[in-house]
Amino acid sequence: MNFDPRYSGRNFSSVGTRPIRPDGVDKVTGRARYGADFNMAGQLVGRILRSPHAHAIIKKIDTSKAEKLAGVKAVITAADLPDLTDGDAAMYDILDNCMARTKALYDGHAVAAVAAIDARTARQALKLIEVDYEVLPHVTDVDEAMKHTAPLINDAIFTEGLEEKPVKPSNVSKRTQYGHGDVHQGFAQADTIVQRSFKTEQTHQGYIEPHACVASVNPDGTADLWVCTQGHFVYRQHCAQLLGLEASKLRVTSSEIGGGFGGKTHVWAEPVALALSRKAGRPVKLVMTRDEVFRASGPTSATSIDVKIGARKDGTITAAEATLRYSCGPYAGMWAEIGAMTAFACYKLENVKTVGYEVLVNRPKTAAYRAPSAPMAAFAVESAVDELAKEIGIDPVDFRIKNAAQEGTRASYGPVYGPIGIGPTLEAVKNHPHMKAPLKANQGRGMACGFWFNFGGQTCTDLNIGMDGTVSLAVGTVDVGGSRASLSLVAAEELGIDYSHVKAIVADTSSLGYNDMTDGSRGTFSSSMATISAARNAIKILRERAAQMWDISVDDVAWEKGHAVAKGETHGNLGKLSLKEIAAQSGKTGGPIAGHSELVADGAGVSFATHICDIEVDPETGSTRVIRYTVVQDAGKAVHPTYVEGQYQGGAAQGIGWALNEEYIYGKDGRLQNPGFLDYRIPVCSDLPMIDTQILEIPNPNHPYGVRGVGETSIVPPLAAIANAVSNAVGVRMSHIPMSPPRILAALEAERERFSR
Amino acid sequence: MAGVAVSTTINGDHVEYLCQPDETLLDVLRDRLGLTGAKEGCGTGDCGACSVIVDNRLVCSCLVLGAEAEGRQIETIEGMAHGDQLHPLQQKFLEHAALQCGICTPGFLIAAKDLLAKNPSPTEEEIRFGLAGNLCRCTGYDKIVRAVQDAANVMKGA
Ligand code: FES
Ligand code: FES
Repeated sequence: MNFDPRYSGRNFSSVGTRPIRPDGVDKVTGRARYGADFNMAGQLVGRILRSPHAHAIIKKIDTSKAEKLAGVKAVITAADLPDLTDGDAAMYDILDNCMARTKALYDGHAVAAVAAIDARTARQALKLIEVDYEVLPHVTDVDEAMKHTAPLINDAIFTEGLEEKPVKPSNVSKRTQYGHGDVHQGFAQADTIVQRSFKTEQTHQGYIEPHACVASVNPDGTADLWVCTQGHFVYRQHCAQLLGLEASKLRVTSSEIGGGFGGKTHVWAEPVALALSRKAGRPVKLVMTRDEVFRASGPTSATSIDVKIGARKDGTITAAEATLRYSCGPYAGMWAEIGAMTAFACYKLENVKTVGYEVLVNRPKTAAYRAPSAPMAAFAVESAVDELAKEIGIDPVDFRIKNAAQEGTRASYGPVYGPIGIGPTLEAVKNHPHMKAPLKANQGRGMACGFWFNFGGQTCTDLNIGMDGTVSLAVGTVDVGGSRASLSLVAAEELGIDYSHVKAIVADTSSLGYNDMTDGSRGTFSSSMATISAARNAIKILRERAAQMWDISVDDVAWEKGHAVAKGETHGNLGKLSLKEIAAQSGKTGGPIAGHSELVADGAGVSFATHICDIEVDPETGSTRVIRYTVVQDAGKAVHPTYVEGQYQGGAAQGIGWALNEEYIYGKDGRLQNPGFLDYRIPVCSDLPMIDTQILEIPNPNHPYGVRGVGETSIVPPLAAIANAVSNAVGVRMSHIPMSPPRILAALEAERERFSR
Repeated sequence: MAGVAVSTTINGDHVEYLCQPDETLLDVLRDRLGLTGAKEGCGTGDCGACSVIVDNRLVCSCLVLGAEAEGRQIETIEGMAHGDQLHPLQQKFLEHAALQCGICTPGFLIAAKDLLAKNPSPTEEEIRFGLAGNLCRCTGYDKIVRAVQDAANVMKGA
């Protein structure tokens, strides 16, 4: 349809206010239904048997004893999920990850599953399944996995992206390169060059709700899936393809979701639950334990990154280069590539080159984690930038301002920027009182910038006007953090009615057209665009109905502040008709009034943030404390500012955990040693200060209200900002994340030794 | 295994159920009694999503056996509001947007209620340490702390 998505300035009346969210009361009273809060008649309990080995051939699985146990209704292995992927390599990896086919590729890889009448019987049945493994050598470290002596994880993988096609298989699935100019020449012009290597450990999104679903497959080929997911339409596609179901016959309903952050963009247990239900002929509920979530969902990459940046005495960067190695788990990925794209995106660079290597390791398959891949690249680059500024003797904020990308800058990953917020966030930081507050002994201040692309994608929305004049809005993007409130505000804004008269819901896959995942910070960006378009379509009908009621031409009817207004001299006596009045007559003027919209939301404006933090380090123990934290980020237009602040604060807190504490720890045996919240410790309330936020609004030219995605960028700067703060506090450059007390002590010790030598 | 007969009080109502001797109170609440407001985030006492109050003591219901509820007074999130009147903590959590996904919210509300019952005027630090047994991955805790502070003020005034 001829919808014009371009930004046009306007005075907002609903957008920008802070009402209570429509799903709020359900969530404070315990009534909201999450993945595990739903049950079906005759439902069985599903459980998954997982490999204890990091790498092993599955020689034989004997399920006969388990099948004989009273109360067991189905036992499945990979044989019950035949390969229907038809040469689609990515889908085959998903299938193999859901249930290992020939080899177990990591500690926690699913190898069999049962459905039984209760949890106790299901647990017992798992113990009766006999798996004959041939244990193979494994590799979990990203640098080790790249060595030619490393155990080979998949002998069908030959590195893509090399000039010459390799003759031998490798653990590196792909090499990618980005950049422009000539870095050799650029470094030749530099007065000072900083070159360093960095490492970051693997972390988990750490959503509090484990994966959970209820699957029901009927003998007639229809099926239902209730599941906590960031994208029920994508889950439907994947499950239908893997199970050989027709997509339209599989109805997927997204439950309330208890956190995802990228981790619920991938199917793991859902195809297994469907296969169990199909075999047992009854609904199956499958809920992961926390141990399973850590071992067998999709954490982020562990990385190893080299950075080299050169600048002239006046502070102009002449060249920048990075090599990024990202672990992908045991399957091909695209994580280093994203790192290579984002690494230098904040800067205006004439000569820049980044190279990414996707590395297979015997760890769970990497999944997206909030601005996936960007935080690690930013950690390496922003640490080096800080060091370079220091060596040249320029204030780190001024140094960044001097080199910041602007409108018209060619980004290091290719495109030319429109209006962007990196400069303004840096100026805001420079003038922020936080930058001037005094520091005490053992405290250090750090700042860093971050970038994220943001996505748009396929979106579909229905807006129905009831006969009482209230509006129901059905969207297909899962609400992960308050988007039903923002989208209701947008509908109210466009129609010119009160927020309280709009109720937004997330529709299931049979009630609405296809929608992409809620990922890439696209939920509010893309669905608000579709909502505006749907509302404009509804307004067109409202105007037609008013014209009919007045018996005048529709061209003489305008829509103003929730009313049809007759225009033109001859209609001066007609007054106004409210939306409510028009809706009340709809039965007589042509039937229900609705607006629909299907679009591809292009032009999700890129997003930038700059963070400041103060850290106190205890030099005796190496323990750290975050004293103060400030987030400055461009939102384009903050639709519901409180929830925008919430995204800024939540991303910062996750980044703080990543920077200081969180990491996957593997033993020599290739087993994960800390698969629980006790040993994988995420920040608790007493670990953190208040997190100050400042929202900047630099309108996105590609959205009618100027909205940009806001969800992810906030996790990009913290690793670097905190590393810079710790480095400033202890006087030693920290190059390994997380900066846990032992690592800080080791760095201090190494420094002392260097001086005493 | 033979079931254990339990007679207890939940949110003021007398309740009787049969449960397995090794079944947690959390499983009983959720699977036998349909009280799914308490959530299982870990099952090991580390996240607080399953928080309930047993005889005026805040506990992780995943660490209590269903059989141990015999003769006790249990408060869950389902009993926090009075009819359509939200508890001030519930109201303030909504006003401050102290929840994003909301999975941690029932546990936080129960823990905060217990905190304010014992310390009606907590400092920020006391709130932070008082709620340190509850994990939230979405909010960074800022708005949760503010909501509890605001609710404490309202409740003192009441
Ligand atoms: S479920 Fe009880 S503390 Fe996490
Ligand atoms: S609001 Fe999501 S975990 Fe707290």
